This record gives sequence, structure tokens and C-alpha cells, in this order.
Amino acid sequence: MLEIKNLTVGYGAINALHGISLSVAPGSIVTLIGSNGAGKTTTLKTVSGLLKPKSGEILYEGKNIAGLPPHEIVRRGLAHVPEGRMVFANLSVLENLEMGAYLVRDKKQIRAEMDAVFAAFPRLQERVQQISGTLSGGEQQMLAIGRALMGRPKFLMLDEPSLGLAPLLVAAIFAKIVEINRARGLTILLVEQNANRALEISHAGYVLETGRITLSGDSPSLRQNPQVRSAYLGG
Amino acid sequence: MTELLQQLINGLALGSILALIALGYTMVYGILRFINFAHGDVFMLGAFAGFYLAPKIATFVPLPSVAGALIIFGLSMVICAALGVLIERLAYKPLRKRPKLTVLITAIGVSLFLEYAGQFFFGASNKKFPDILPTWPVTKVLSLSVNSNQLIVLAVTLLLLLGLRFIVMKTRMGRAMRAVSFNPEAAALMGVNTDVVISFTFALGSALAAAAGILYAINYPSIDPLMGIMPGLKAFVAAVLGGIGNLPGAALGGIIIGVTETLVSGYISSTYRDAIAFAILIVILLVKPSGLLGKKEVEKV
Ligand SMILES: Nc1ncnc2c1ncn2[C@@H]1O[C@H](COP(=O)(O)OP(=O)(O)OP(=O)(O)O)[C@@H](O)[C@H]1O
Ligand SMILES: [Mg+2]
Repeated sequence: MLEIKNLTVGYGAINALHGISLSVAPGSIVTLIGSNGAGKTTTLKTVSGLLKPKSGEILYEGKNIAGLPPHEIVRRGLAHVPEGRMVFANLSVLENLEMGAYLVRDKKQIRAEMDAVFAAFPRLQERVQQISGTLSGGEQQMLAIGRALMGRPKFLMLDEPSLGLAPLLVAAIFAKIVEINRARGLTILLVEQNANRALEISHAGYVLETGRITLSGDSPSLRQNPQVRSAYLGG
Repeated sequence: MTELLQQLINGLALGSILALIALGYTMVYGILRFINFAHGDVFMLGAFAGFYLAPKIATFVPLPSVAGALIIFGLSMVICAALGVLIERLAYKPLRKRPKLTVLITAIGVSLFLEYAGQFFFGASNKKFPDILPTWPVTKVLSLSVNSNQLIVLAVTLLLLLGLRFIVMKTRMGRAMRAVSFNPEAAALMGVNTDVVISFTFALGSALAAAAGILYAINYPSIDPLMGIMPGLKAFVAAVLGGIGNLPGAALGGIIIGVTETLVSGYISSTYRDAIAFAILIVILLVKPSGLLGKKEVEKV
């Protein structure tokens, strides 16, 4: 579904990614783990077009999308839930969801997607008219995910969805991610610092360290890997 | 009392025009976080578009007439909308990633360019704006003399404000504008082409400035290429007063400045009329820099 080849991305003269390669099979959940500043967010932003790569390829459904503007990439069915959620705090919950369906012109489809989002996150339905800036952190995360689903994507990227959430809520969000993957057959690339949970729910994983992929493999074997255990799973 | 009401009506008319201009400043600021100092000159170009269109329109619709005036209004708004988009594309878009100060200085450059180009093409001397609207005899309401042009200003402004409100709050493009103004990256991730939204914002603001230009020219029928400077500055102050980036704030700010200025020049001294807006600016920057309806967030320009 997604294949990144030799991707190099920098901010000015300093490179944040040094020729990374990774691939995500259709229907799978793949996780990208790494500590602060490893380049996880940079990777996702480059895939969704917010950053332009210096070199390398990003093959999405076989076509190179590297360097295209975000709206062209989103149009192809790729959704990105950014780090820190970035819900439109000045818009209501309803308007945020409508923004998620910005490229969908069919009113019936928008209605159906919204019902599906409300079924997955009933809390959002109770708060449709509320201004999003006043939602709790957990509700904002639900809204950010719901908003991304509104466009009926084929490929979803999540940047640290567990960030700043209480453990109980983290469990709930991860359960939702699995549910979305199973029920919709949605391919997911998940960025996490919470490596334990991420490897629990994913099929495969990559470890990113200062802009380089240092380890990769299927998730069960990564969880057994001594290096991963000591660096990311607390021993 | 009658005198006061009279001054209020005059002030409202002036304030409405400032409000229409102020909206353009505040919309562009909301999206791009910079002050488009060339905006006052788009107001001037709106008046000149009307000036040059009038004789052409008069060849097939007799002037003054409501129909003719509507055509002139509409065409001037469209012309200025296109000019606004062009200015953004040519002057500001290439600087999108540069420091705001660079863009700000460019905006001042664009403003000077439009003023001198105006003097070159239109001539520097004042021109009499043609009568495009039939005027009714001054009506006496409760011993107030209300001139029909003032009523037109108020009515047109109200209609445009309602139209703008509808576009911003109820349409897909308006929602995209609000999303981009909050967070352009997140909006892009929704599939919004931010360049299109920016162009649309310039078009909308410039069309309102053009309408203001014609309303101004109908009321004060002498126009010249530098006529945009003062109203432009005052409207900028109005936008800051209301809270830059805030649409109702800009409208409110315009009305407050127009009314205050008219009252001061009517009751105290007309010598100071142009100083009022700037006195208000100094006070607001000291007391409440975020403006009357603005958010706490203070952005350095
Ligand atoms: N806008 C920017 N300008 C300059 N350098 C940046 C910028 N954004 C990120 N970087 C640098 O790029 C590197 C990778 O950052 P990135 O945000 O991708 O890390 P991350 O893995 O997402 O970290 P975290 O877990 O803290 O979110 C870091 O060294 C960071 O300092
Ligand atoms: Mg990050």
C-alpha cells in the first residue's frame, strides 16, 4: 500500500531523515517507534505532503506521491491525524467533522460517514454543537480520528494518538484503532512512543533512531528483541 | 438632540464605509497573519473602476438609475476582486515562507506602486465622481435631514455584512477559511487547497473594498489616486480596535471610529478629525492590545 524508499528530509541544511525505507502492507497496522526527535513526525508530514523531501520516493498504491501538495495526496485516500490532534478549536464538533469530509461532495455519503463516526464515538454526538477548543484532550483525540475518517480514507496515519491521555483512555483509543482497522479494512501507520501498546496491536514495526531505521520486523519478534526491550519497553 | 442624532447618522455612514474596508484587513490577517497595507488602495481602485465604468454603462443603461448603479457596483467589485487576487499572486505569494516583516514592507511597496500608477494613469488631480444613483430630495424624519445616499450606504453595508456572514459561517468555502485561519497545516490535511482559500479571501476583501470605494465616491464625489490612504489607515485602526482577525470586531471598530470622528469634528473641532482614529489606536494598544472582540493571543506583526 505504502512504500518509502531512501527518503531524506531536512529542515534547512540539517537533515532529520537520512534515507529511510519502510513499507506498509494493505490491511495491516504498522507502527513506527522511536524516542523524542527521532524523526517520526517528520516522516508522516512528508508522506502527507506537509514537508517536501530532499530525495527518495514515496510510493502510494504504486505511484510516487513524494513532493505533491497535501490536498492532492489527501484526495487519493490518505488521511493524517497530526501530532497534538490539531482540531479546529474555533469550529464546532460538527464543523470539524464536516471539514474532514471537505472533498466529499455527496451529502448522503457525508451523512453516512458521520453516523459511523458517532457510532464509534458516541461522546462526539452528545457534543456536536460544542466549540472544539472546549473539549477534553481525550474528546479532541476522538474528534481528530473521527474527522480523519469522514473522508473515507484507505490509508490512515496516526501521530502519537496516546499523547497526554490517561492510561484508561489510551487503552480505549488503541481498541478503537484495532476496531477501525478490522471493520473498515483500513491500512494504518501508527507513530508511537508508547511502544508496548503499539507493538501489541500492530502487525509489523520499525524503530527509528535519529533519522535512521535501526530495526524492523513483525511486531511479536520486535517485542522479544533485547534491544527494543531495553530501549523502549522498559527492560 | 436633533443635532446629535444628525451627527450619529453621518457618523454611521462614514463608519459603515470604514467597516467594509476594515473587514478586508482583518480577513487577510486572519489567514496570513500580515497587514495588507495596499488594501486602502484597492478601495481607491474601486472608486476609479466606477468612475471609468459609468460612461460605458451609460451607453446602454441610462444613468443615474438603480439598475445602472447596481451594474457599476457589481462590475467594480468583480474587477477589484480580480486585482486583489493578482496582487496576492504576484507580490505576496512568492514571499509566503519569508519573515512577516518582508511581506509587510512589500505590502507598503505595493501600496505606493498602486498610488503612483494611479497618478500616472488616472492623473493626479481630483475627479468628480458621476451621479450614478438617483437622489431623492432630502427627507425630513423627525426634523432630521437624511440624505438618500446615506441611507444607501447603510442599506448596502448591511446587505454586504449579511452576505459576508453567510459566506463565512454557512458555506464550504467559508468553513475552509475559518479552518485555514486557525491552522493552515491541519486544513491542508483535510484536502483544502490553501492557495485557493487565500485567493478567495483576497477576492472577498477586495470586493468589499471596491463597494466601499463606490459608496464613498457617491457621498464625497471627489476622487483622486491618493484617496485610499486616510480611509485605509483608519480602517486598519478599526480592525485593530475590533480585534484583528475578528470579523464582527472589524465591523464594530469601523462604526465606532466613524461615529467618534464625526462627533468630535462636529462638537469639538474638525481640525482634529483625522487624529481621532490614531488617538484611539494608541489607547487600544495601551489598554487592550487584543482589541474589543479579539482573543487573548497577541501576535506580533
Ligand atoms: N520545524 C522544524 N525546524 C527545524 N528542525 C525541526 C523542525 N521540526 C522538527 N525538527 C527537528 O527534526 C528532528 C525530528 O523531529 P520530529 O518532530 O520528526 O521528531 P519526532 O520523532 O516526531 O519526536 P517527538 O516524539 O518528540 O514528537 C528533531 O531533531 C527536530 O528538532
Ligand atoms: Mg513527533
